[in-house]
Amino acid sequence: MILVWKDIQNFTFYLSSWIGDSMSIKITAPFNKELLKSLRAGDQVMISGVVFSARDAAHKRIHNALINGEELPISLKDITIYYMGPSPAGPGRVIGSAGPTTSGRMDSYTPALLDRGMVAMIGKGYRSPKVKESIKKNGAVYFGAVGGAGALLSKTISAAECIAYPDLGAEAIYRLELNDFPAFVIIDANGTDLYGETTCE
Amino acid sequence: MREIEVAVVTQNIKEMCIEANHFLSRDMIDCLHSAKETETNSLGRQVLEQLNQNLEIAGKEMIPICQDTGMAVVFVELGQEVRVVGGSLNEAINEGVRQGYREGYLRNSVVNDPLKRINTNDNTPAVIHYEITCSDKITMTLAPKGFGSENMSRLFMLKPSDGYKGVIDAVITAVREAGANACPPLVIGVGIGGTFEKCAYLSKKALTRPVNEMSAISHISQLEEELLAEINKLGIGAGGLGGKYTALKVNIETYPTHIAGLPVAVNIGCHVNRHVTRTL
Repeated sequence: MILVWKDIQNFTFYLSSWIGDSMSIKITAPFNKELLKSLRAGDQVMISGVVFSARDAAHKRIHNALINGEELPISLKDITIYYMGPSPAGPGRVIGSAGPTTSGRMDSYTPALLDRGMVAMIGKGYRSPKVKESIKKNGAVYFGAVGGAGALLSKTISAAECIAYPDLGAEAIYRLELNDFPAFVIIDANGTDLYGETTCE
Repeated sequence: MREIEVAVVTQNIKEMCIEANHFLSRDMIDCLHSAKETETNSLGRQVLEQLNQNLEIAGKEMIPICQDTGMAVVFVELGQEVRVVGGSLNEAINEGVRQGYREGYLRNSVVNDPLKRINTNDNTPAVIHYEITCSDKITMTLAPKGFGSENMSRLFMLKPSDGYKGVIDAVITAVREAGANACPPLVIGVGIGGTFEKCAYLSKKALTRPVNEMSAISHISQLEEELLAEINKLGIGAGGLGGKYTALKVNIETYPTHIAGLPVAVNIGCHVNRHVTRTL
Protein backbone atom coordinates (compact mmCIF):
# COMPACT_ATOMS: atom_id res chain seq x y z
CA MET A 1 0.00 0.00 0.00
CA ILE A 2 1.25 3.41 -0.85
CA LEU A 3 1.10 5.87 1.97
CA VAL A 4 -0.18 9.11 0.47
CA TRP A 5 0.29 12.55 2.00
CA LYS A 6 -3.33 12.68 3.16
CA ASP A 7 -2.88 9.45 5.14
CA ILE A 8 0.17 10.88 6.84
CA GLN A 9 -1.80 14.01 7.68
CA ASN A 10 -4.66 11.95 9.08
CA PHE A 11 -2.29 9.80 11.06
CA THR A 12 -0.54 12.79 12.63
CA PHE A 13 -3.95 14.30 13.38
CA TYR A 14 -5.09 11.19 15.25
CA LEU A 15 -1.73 10.92 16.96
CA SER A 16 -1.90 14.52 18.12
CA SER A 17 -5.48 14.19 19.34
CA TRP A 18 -4.51 11.02 21.20
CA ILE A 19 -1.52 12.71 22.77
CA GLY A 20 -3.77 15.71 23.49
CA ASP A 21 -6.18 13.49 25.40
CA SER A 22 -3.50 11.65 27.28
CA MET A 23 -2.02 14.96 28.36
CA SER A 24 -5.30 16.02 29.94
CA ILE A 25 -5.66 15.53 33.67
CA LYS A 26 -9.01 14.05 34.65
CA ILE A 27 -10.43 15.71 37.74
CA THR A 28 -13.75 15.48 39.54
CA ALA A 29 -15.71 18.25 41.28
CA PRO A 30 -16.27 19.01 44.11
CA PHE A 31 -12.50 19.46 44.31
CA ASN A 32 -10.36 19.15 47.39
CA LYS A 33 -7.66 21.72 47.91
CA GLU A 34 -4.84 19.16 47.81
CA LEU A 35 -5.79 18.28 44.25
CA LEU A 36 -6.14 21.93 43.27
CA LYS A 37 -2.67 22.63 44.70
CA SER A 38 -1.18 20.05 42.33
CA LEU A 39 -2.47 21.82 39.20
CA ARG A 40 -0.31 24.29 37.29
CA ALA A 41 -1.23 27.19 35.00
CA GLY A 42 -1.27 25.79 31.45
CA ASP A 43 -2.40 22.28 32.47
CA GLN A 44 -5.20 20.82 30.39
CA VAL A 45 -7.96 19.20 32.38
CA MET A 46 -11.15 17.23 31.79
CA ILE A 47 -13.65 18.13 34.49
CA SER A 48 -16.33 15.70 35.64
CA GLY A 49 -18.73 15.97 38.55
CA VAL A 50 -20.96 18.70 39.93
CA VAL A 51 -20.57 22.43 39.31
CA PHE A 52 -23.01 25.35 39.55
CA SER A 53 -23.72 27.96 36.89
CA ALA A 54 -23.98 31.61 37.89
CA ARG A 55 -23.35 34.83 36.00
CA ASP A 56 -23.94 38.57 36.45
CA ALA A 57 -27.45 38.72 37.94
CA ALA A 58 -27.03 35.66 40.22
CA HIS A 59 -23.71 37.02 41.51
CA LYS A 60 -25.34 40.33 42.33
CA ARG A 61 -28.05 38.55 44.35
CA ILE A 62 -25.59 36.28 46.17
CA HIS A 63 -23.44 39.26 46.99
CA ASN A 64 -26.40 41.29 48.29
CA ALA A 65 -27.48 38.33 50.41
CA LEU A 66 -23.97 38.10 51.90
CA ILE A 67 -23.94 41.83 52.70
CA ASN A 68 -27.38 41.68 54.30
CA GLY A 69 -26.58 38.50 56.23
CA GLU A 70 -29.38 36.60 54.50
CA GLU A 71 -29.36 32.85 53.92
CA LEU A 72 -27.91 31.79 50.55
CA PRO A 73 -29.84 29.46 48.24
CA ILE A 74 -26.74 27.24 47.95
CA SER A 75 -23.83 26.51 50.24
CA LEU A 76 -20.63 27.99 48.82
CA LYS A 77 -18.45 25.45 50.63
CA ASP A 78 -16.16 23.61 48.19
CA ILE A 79 -18.25 24.57 45.15
CA THR A 80 -17.10 25.31 41.63
CA ILE A 81 -18.94 28.05 39.79
CA TYR A 82 -19.20 28.01 36.01
CA TYR A 83 -19.78 31.50 34.57
CA MET A 84 -22.40 30.50 32.03
CA GLY A 85 -25.94 31.32 30.95
CA PRO A 86 -27.16 28.62 28.56
CA SER A 87 -29.46 28.93 25.59
CA PRO A 88 -32.78 27.07 26.17
CA ALA A 89 -32.68 23.28 25.91
CA GLY A 90 -34.14 22.01 22.65
CA PRO A 91 -36.51 19.01 22.60
CA GLY A 92 -34.94 15.95 24.24
CA ARG A 93 -31.90 17.83 25.55
CA VAL A 94 -30.81 18.65 29.08
CA ILE A 95 -29.36 22.04 28.14
CA GLY A 96 -28.80 24.26 25.11
CA SER A 97 -25.53 25.83 24.02
CA ALA A 98 -23.42 26.23 27.15
CA GLY A 99 -20.05 27.96 26.77
CA PRO A 100 -18.33 30.29 29.24
CA THR A 101 -19.05 34.00 29.58
CA THR A 102 -16.43 36.69 30.33
CA SER A 103 -15.24 36.15 33.92
CA GLY A 104 -13.99 39.69 34.51
CA ARG A 105 -17.55 40.96 35.00
CA MET A 106 -17.76 38.81 38.14
CA ASP A 107 -14.45 40.10 39.58
CA SER A 108 -15.97 42.53 42.06
CA TYR A 109 -17.99 39.72 43.68
CA THR A 110 -15.38 36.93 43.50
CA PRO A 111 -13.14 37.50 46.57
CA ALA A 112 -16.18 37.41 48.91
CA LEU A 113 -17.29 34.10 47.39
CA LEU A 114 -13.80 32.61 47.65
CA ASP A 115 -13.63 33.65 51.30
CA ARG A 116 -16.92 31.82 51.87
CA GLY A 117 -15.65 28.51 50.53
CA MET A 118 -15.85 28.53 46.71
CA VAL A 119 -12.77 26.63 45.49
CA ALA A 120 -12.83 26.94 41.72
CA MET A 121 -14.27 28.93 38.83
CA ILE A 122 -14.69 28.15 35.15
CA GLY A 123 -14.99 31.02 32.68
CA LYS A 124 -13.11 32.86 29.96
CA GLY A 125 -10.74 35.82 29.90
CA TYR A 126 -8.70 37.86 32.34
CA ARG A 127 -9.12 38.30 36.11
CA SER A 128 -8.25 41.35 38.22
CA PRO A 129 -5.20 41.52 40.53
CA LYS A 130 -7.60 41.39 43.53
CA VAL A 131 -9.11 38.14 42.28
CA LYS A 132 -5.65 36.66 41.69
CA GLU A 133 -4.63 37.61 45.20
CA SER A 134 -7.75 36.00 46.63
CA ILE A 135 -7.23 32.85 44.55
CA LYS A 136 -3.73 32.53 45.99
CA LYS A 137 -4.85 33.28 49.55
CA ASN A 138 -7.60 30.66 49.37
CA GLY A 139 -5.72 28.02 47.36
CA ALA A 140 -8.40 28.12 44.66
CA VAL A 141 -8.11 27.62 40.87
CA TYR A 142 -9.50 29.53 37.89
CA PHE A 143 -10.14 27.36 34.83
CA GLY A 144 -10.73 28.67 31.32
CA ALA A 145 -12.97 26.97 28.78
CA VAL A 146 -13.05 27.87 25.09
CA GLY A 147 -15.34 30.85 24.55
CA GLY A 148 -17.77 30.38 21.71
CA ALA A 149 -17.64 26.57 21.81
CA GLY A 150 -21.06 26.29 23.45
CA ALA A 151 -22.40 23.47 21.27
CA LEU A 152 -19.35 21.27 21.88
CA LEU A 153 -19.30 22.01 25.64
CA SER A 154 -23.03 21.29 25.98
CA LYS A 155 -22.31 17.69 24.94
CA THR A 156 -20.29 17.21 28.15
CA ILE A 157 -23.20 18.25 30.39
CA SER A 158 -25.36 15.27 31.32
CA ALA A 159 -27.75 16.93 33.76
CA ALA A 160 -28.92 20.46 34.49
CA GLU A 161 -31.33 21.44 37.23
CA CYS A 162 -32.37 24.96 38.13
CA ILE A 163 -31.86 25.27 41.89
CA ALA A 164 -32.14 29.00 42.58
CA TYR A 165 -33.44 32.29 41.17
CA PRO A 166 -35.61 30.72 38.41
CA ASP A 167 -36.98 34.18 37.60
CA LEU A 168 -33.56 35.06 36.16
CA GLY A 169 -34.06 32.66 33.23
CA ALA A 170 -30.70 31.95 31.59
CA GLU A 171 -29.05 33.77 34.50
CA ALA A 172 -30.52 31.46 37.17
CA ILE A 173 -28.30 29.09 39.18
CA TYR A 174 -28.18 25.59 37.70
CA ARG A 175 -26.66 22.46 39.21
CA LEU A 176 -24.73 20.85 36.36
CA GLU A 177 -23.23 17.40 36.00
CA LEU A 178 -20.15 17.39 33.80
CA ASN A 179 -18.48 14.51 31.99
CA ASP A 180 -14.98 15.27 30.69
CA PHE A 181 -15.59 18.98 30.21
CA PRO A 182 -12.39 20.30 28.53
CA ALA A 183 -10.67 23.27 30.18
CA PHE A 184 -7.27 24.82 30.88
CA VAL A 185 -5.81 25.97 34.20
CA ILE A 186 -5.53 29.73 33.75
CA ILE A 187 -4.71 30.83 37.33
CA ASP A 188 -3.36 28.14 39.65
CA ALA A 189 -3.44 27.98 43.45
CA ASN A 190 -0.06 29.73 43.61
CA GLY A 191 -1.55 32.71 41.79
CA THR A 192 0.41 32.02 38.58
CA ASP A 193 -1.55 33.36 35.61
CA LEU A 194 -1.27 31.73 32.18
CA TYR A 195 -2.15 35.11 30.66
CA GLY A 196 0.81 36.71 32.47
CA GLU A 197 0.31 40.05 34.07
CA THR A 198 -2.33 41.12 31.55
CA THR A 199 -5.49 42.18 33.33
CA CYS A 200 -8.67 43.84 32.37
CA GLU A 201 -9.71 46.18 35.15
CA MET B 1 -44.68 50.18 -6.86
CA ARG B 2 -43.89 46.62 -5.92
CA GLU B 3 -45.76 45.46 -2.85
CA ILE B 4 -44.19 43.28 -0.14
CA GLU B 5 -46.28 41.85 2.68
CA VAL B 6 -44.94 42.31 6.20
CA ALA B 7 -45.68 38.63 6.88
CA VAL B 8 -42.99 37.72 4.32
CA VAL B 9 -40.50 39.93 6.14
CA THR B 10 -41.35 38.29 9.48
CA GLN B 11 -41.02 34.76 8.09
CA ASN B 12 -37.62 35.53 6.56
CA ILE B 13 -36.22 37.25 9.65
CA LYS B 14 -37.36 34.30 11.76
CA GLU B 15 -35.53 31.82 9.52
CA MET B 16 -32.46 34.06 9.35
CA CYS B 17 -32.20 34.19 13.17
CA ILE B 18 -32.18 30.41 13.36
CA GLU B 19 -29.79 29.99 10.42
CA ALA B 20 -27.28 32.59 11.63
CA ASN B 21 -27.06 31.07 15.10
CA HIS B 22 -26.38 27.54 13.86
CA PHE B 23 -24.33 27.96 10.67
CA LEU B 24 -21.46 30.27 9.79
CA SER B 25 -21.01 31.45 6.21
CA ARG B 26 -18.72 29.38 3.96
CA ASP B 27 -15.92 31.99 4.06
CA MET B 28 -15.85 31.90 7.89
CA ILE B 29 -15.88 28.09 7.99
CA ASP B 30 -13.00 27.91 5.50
CA CYS B 31 -11.05 30.54 7.38
CA LEU B 32 -11.38 28.76 10.75
CA HIS B 33 -10.47 25.45 9.13
CA SER B 34 -7.36 26.83 7.49
CA ALA B 35 -6.32 28.46 10.80
CA LYS B 36 -6.57 25.08 12.52
CA GLU B 37 -4.42 23.48 9.82
CA THR B 38 -1.68 26.08 9.99
CA GLU B 39 -1.47 26.99 13.69
CA THR B 40 1.77 25.69 15.20
CA ASN B 41 1.22 26.76 18.82
CA SER B 42 -0.07 23.67 20.61
CA LEU B 43 -2.62 25.31 22.95
CA GLY B 44 -3.85 27.66 20.21
CA ARG B 45 -4.24 24.74 17.87
CA GLN B 46 -6.28 22.80 20.38
CA VAL B 47 -8.62 25.73 20.79
CA LEU B 48 -9.02 25.91 16.99
CA GLU B 49 -9.73 22.17 16.89
CA GLN B 50 -12.48 22.64 19.47
CA LEU B 51 -13.92 25.53 17.47
CA ASN B 52 -14.05 23.46 14.28
CA GLN B 53 -15.68 20.56 16.11
CA ASN B 54 -18.09 23.01 17.71
CA LEU B 55 -19.25 24.27 14.30
CA GLU B 56 -19.81 20.73 13.13
CA ILE B 57 -21.87 19.79 16.19
CA ALA B 58 -23.86 23.04 16.03
CA GLY B 59 -24.97 22.43 12.45
CA LYS B 60 -25.56 18.68 12.70
CA GLU B 61 -27.41 18.70 16.01
CA MET B 62 -28.96 22.15 15.80
CA ILE B 63 -27.40 23.47 19.00
CA PRO B 64 -26.53 27.19 18.76
CA ILE B 65 -22.83 27.75 17.97
CA CYS B 66 -22.58 29.96 21.05
CA GLN B 67 -24.94 30.31 24.01
CA ASP B 68 -24.78 34.08 23.54
CA THR B 69 -27.13 34.17 20.58
CA GLY B 70 -26.72 37.91 20.58
CA MET B 71 -28.70 41.06 20.16
CA ALA B 72 -30.23 41.02 16.68
CA VAL B 73 -28.73 43.72 14.45
CA VAL B 74 -30.53 44.13 11.13
CA PHE B 75 -29.28 46.14 8.16
CA VAL B 76 -32.17 46.90 5.82
CA GLU B 77 -31.69 48.22 2.30
CA LEU B 78 -35.15 49.39 1.42
CA GLY B 79 -35.80 49.99 -2.28
CA GLN B 80 -37.71 53.22 -2.85
CA GLU B 81 -39.90 51.41 -5.39
CA VAL B 82 -41.20 49.06 -2.67
CA ARG B 83 -44.39 49.56 -0.73
CA VAL B 84 -44.53 47.54 2.47
CA VAL B 85 -48.13 46.42 3.08
CA GLY B 86 -50.07 44.77 5.90
CA GLY B 87 -48.46 46.55 8.83
CA SER B 88 -45.31 48.17 10.14
CA LEU B 89 -41.94 47.09 8.78
CA ASN B 90 -40.28 47.71 12.13
CA GLU B 91 -42.81 45.55 13.93
CA ALA B 92 -42.52 42.84 11.24
CA ILE B 93 -38.78 42.62 11.82
CA ASN B 94 -39.19 42.51 15.60
CA GLU B 95 -41.88 39.84 15.25
CA GLY B 96 -39.46 37.78 13.14
CA VAL B 97 -36.83 38.07 15.88
CA ARG B 98 -39.42 37.14 18.53
CA GLN B 99 -40.49 34.03 16.60
CA GLY B 100 -36.97 33.03 15.56
CA TYR B 101 -35.57 33.21 19.08
CA ARG B 102 -38.53 31.30 20.52
CA GLU B 103 -38.78 28.59 17.87
CA GLY B 104 -35.02 28.23 17.47
CA TYR B 105 -34.39 27.79 21.22
CA LEU B 106 -32.14 30.84 21.17
CA ARG B 107 -31.27 32.75 24.32
CA ASN B 108 -33.15 35.91 25.25
CA SER B 109 -30.33 38.30 26.02
CA VAL B 110 -32.01 41.73 25.86
CA VAL B 111 -33.01 43.86 28.87
CA ASN B 112 -35.69 46.55 28.57
CA ASP B 113 -33.78 49.37 30.20
CA PRO B 114 -30.00 49.56 30.38
CA LEU B 115 -30.10 50.53 34.07
CA LYS B 116 -33.23 48.78 35.40
CA ARG B 117 -32.28 45.61 33.47
CA ILE B 118 -35.43 43.51 33.18
CA ASN B 119 -35.23 40.83 30.45
CA THR B 120 -37.75 41.44 27.64
CA ASN B 121 -38.00 37.63 27.32
CA ASP B 122 -38.27 37.62 23.53
CA ASN B 123 -34.92 39.14 22.54
CA THR B 124 -36.60 42.24 21.11
CA PRO B 125 -36.17 44.96 20.22
CA ALA B 126 -33.70 44.42 17.39
CA VAL B 127 -31.26 47.18 16.42
CA ILE B 128 -32.42 48.13 12.91
CA HIS B 129 -30.48 50.28 10.43
CA TYR B 130 -32.30 51.49 7.33
CA GLU B 131 -30.80 52.64 4.08
CA ILE B 132 -32.92 53.74 1.10
CA THR B 133 -31.79 52.37 -2.27
CA CYS B 134 -32.96 52.84 -5.88
CA SER B 135 -34.58 49.46 -6.43
CA ASP B 136 -37.81 47.53 -6.00
CA LYS B 137 -36.33 45.07 -3.50
CA ILE B 138 -35.66 44.78 0.20
CA THR B 139 -32.28 43.34 1.18
CA MET B 140 -31.88 42.40 4.84
CA THR B 141 -28.71 41.35 6.65
CA LEU B 142 -29.20 39.88 10.09
CA ALA B 143 -26.12 39.85 12.33
CA PRO B 144 -26.73 38.60 15.89
CA LYS B 145 -24.03 40.27 18.03
CA GLY B 146 -22.65 38.68 21.17
CA PHE B 147 -21.45 41.00 23.91
CA GLY B 148 -18.22 39.26 24.94
CA SER B 149 -16.72 40.93 21.90
CA GLU B 150 -19.08 43.92 21.67
CA ASN B 151 -18.00 45.04 25.16
CA MET B 152 -14.39 45.33 23.98
CA SER B 153 -15.17 47.63 21.02
CA ARG B 154 -13.82 51.19 20.97
CA LEU B 155 -14.26 54.53 19.24
CA PHE B 156 -11.41 57.02 18.86
CA MET B 157 -11.74 60.64 17.68
CA LEU B 158 -8.24 61.09 16.22
CA LYS B 159 -6.66 64.24 14.82
CA PRO B 160 -6.16 64.43 11.05
CA SER B 161 -2.39 64.61 11.67
CA ASP B 162 -2.50 61.17 13.34
CA GLY B 163 -2.93 59.64 9.87
CA TYR B 164 -2.26 55.98 9.10
CA LYS B 165 -0.10 55.48 12.18
CA GLY B 166 -2.85 56.84 14.42
CA VAL B 167 -5.36 54.42 12.90
CA ILE B 168 -3.00 51.47 13.38
CA ASP B 169 -2.28 52.42 17.00
CA ALA B 170 -6.01 52.79 17.72
CA VAL B 171 -6.87 49.36 16.32
CA ILE B 172 -3.93 47.67 18.08
CA THR B 173 -4.92 49.32 21.37
CA ALA B 174 -8.48 48.03 21.07
CA VAL B 175 -7.39 44.49 20.14
CA ARG B 176 -4.75 44.31 22.88
CA GLU B 177 -7.31 45.35 25.49
CA ALA B 178 -9.87 42.89 24.09
CA GLY B 179 -7.37 40.04 24.29
CA ALA B 180 -8.74 36.77 25.58
CA ASN B 181 -12.03 38.31 26.75
CA ALA B 182 -13.43 38.79 23.25
CA CYS B 183 -13.11 35.14 22.12
CA PRO B 184 -10.24 35.26 19.63
CA PRO B 185 -9.57 34.50 16.81
CA LEU B 186 -11.33 37.77 16.09
CA VAL B 187 -12.78 39.44 13.05
CA ILE B 188 -12.16 43.18 13.33
CA GLY B 189 -14.61 45.66 11.82
CA VAL B 190 -13.09 49.11 11.43
CA GLY B 191 -14.89 52.31 10.47
CA ILE B 192 -12.80 55.29 9.43
CA GLY B 193 -14.31 58.73 8.76
CA GLY B 194 -17.82 60.15 8.82
CA THR B 195 -19.07 61.50 12.15
CA PHE B 196 -19.05 59.88 15.60
CA GLU B 197 -22.15 57.72 14.99
CA LYS B 198 -21.53 57.09 11.27
CA CYS B 199 -18.09 55.75 12.08
CA ALA B 200 -19.48 53.27 14.63
CA TYR B 201 -22.10 52.18 12.10
CA LEU B 202 -19.41 51.59 9.45
CA SER B 203 -17.39 49.40 11.82
CA LYS B 204 -20.43 47.20 12.48
CA LYS B 205 -21.25 47.01 8.78
CA ALA B 206 -17.63 46.02 8.05
CA LEU B 207 -18.12 42.82 10.06
CA THR B 208 -20.74 41.64 7.57
CA ARG B 209 -18.34 41.68 4.60
CA PRO B 210 -17.02 38.18 3.75
CA VAL B 211 -13.60 37.48 5.25
CA ASN B 212 -12.23 36.43 1.86
CA GLU B 213 -12.95 39.86 0.38
CA MET B 214 -10.63 42.86 0.64
CA SER B 215 -11.64 46.52 0.44
CA ALA B 216 -12.05 47.72 -3.16
CA ILE B 217 -9.96 50.82 -2.33
CA SER B 218 -6.30 49.95 -2.82
CA HIS B 219 -4.70 51.91 0.05
CA ILE B 220 -7.44 50.65 2.37
CA SER B 221 -6.94 47.01 1.39
CA GLN B 222 -3.21 47.52 2.05
CA LEU B 223 -4.10 48.91 5.47
CA GLU B 224 -6.31 45.85 6.11
CA GLU B 225 -3.35 43.58 5.37
CA GLU B 226 -0.92 45.59 7.43
CA LEU B 227 -3.28 45.71 10.41
CA LEU B 228 -3.90 41.96 10.31
CA ALA B 229 -0.17 41.30 10.29
CA GLU B 230 0.40 43.71 13.22
CA ILE B 231 -2.47 42.23 15.24
CA ASN B 232 -1.21 38.70 14.75
CA LYS B 233 2.22 39.73 16.04
CA LEU B 234 0.57 40.32 19.44
CA GLY B 235 0.63 36.56 20.07
CA ILE B 236 -2.72 36.53 21.93
CA GLY B 237 -3.84 33.63 19.76
CA ALA B 238 -6.99 31.49 19.68
CA GLY B 239 -8.73 31.53 23.06
CA GLY B 240 -6.00 33.89 24.26
CA LEU B 241 -3.77 30.86 24.76
CA GLY B 242 -1.14 31.86 22.22
CA GLY B 243 -0.32 31.49 18.56
CA LYS B 244 -0.54 33.42 15.34
CA TYR B 245 -4.32 33.67 15.00
CA THR B 246 -5.37 36.55 17.21
CA ALA B 247 -7.46 37.77 14.28
CA LEU B 248 -8.66 36.11 11.10
CA LYS B 249 -9.42 39.27 9.15
CA VAL B 250 -9.62 43.06 9.35
CA ASN B 251 -12.41 44.66 7.33
CA ILE B 252 -12.36 48.44 6.92
CA GLU B 253 -15.18 50.67 5.67
CA THR B 254 -14.58 54.37 5.08
CA TYR B 255 -16.65 57.53 4.54
CA PRO B 256 -15.75 61.16 3.85
CA THR B 257 -15.19 63.15 7.02
CA HIS B 258 -14.79 66.70 8.35
CA ILE B 259 -11.62 68.77 7.77
CA ALA B 260 -11.01 68.75 11.53
CA GLY B 261 -11.46 65.05 12.28
CA LEU B 262 -10.40 61.45 11.83
CA PRO B 263 -12.91 59.20 13.63
CA VAL B 264 -11.89 55.54 13.98
CA ALA B 265 -14.27 52.89 15.32
CA VAL B 266 -13.15 49.36 16.12
CA ASN B 267 -15.97 46.85 16.39
CA ILE B 268 -14.52 43.64 17.78
CA GLY B 269 -16.13 40.51 16.36
CA CYS B 270 -15.50 37.07 17.82
CA HIS B 271 -14.86 33.92 15.78
CA VAL B 272 -18.64 33.33 15.73
CA ASN B 273 -18.97 36.10 13.15
CA ARG B 274 -22.61 35.46 12.22
CA HIS B 275 -24.54 37.12 9.46
CA VAL B 276 -27.16 36.07 6.93
CA THR B 277 -28.37 38.15 3.99
CA ARG B 278 -31.59 37.72 2.00
CA THR B 279 -33.21 39.78 -0.72
CA LEU B 280 -36.97 39.94 -1.08
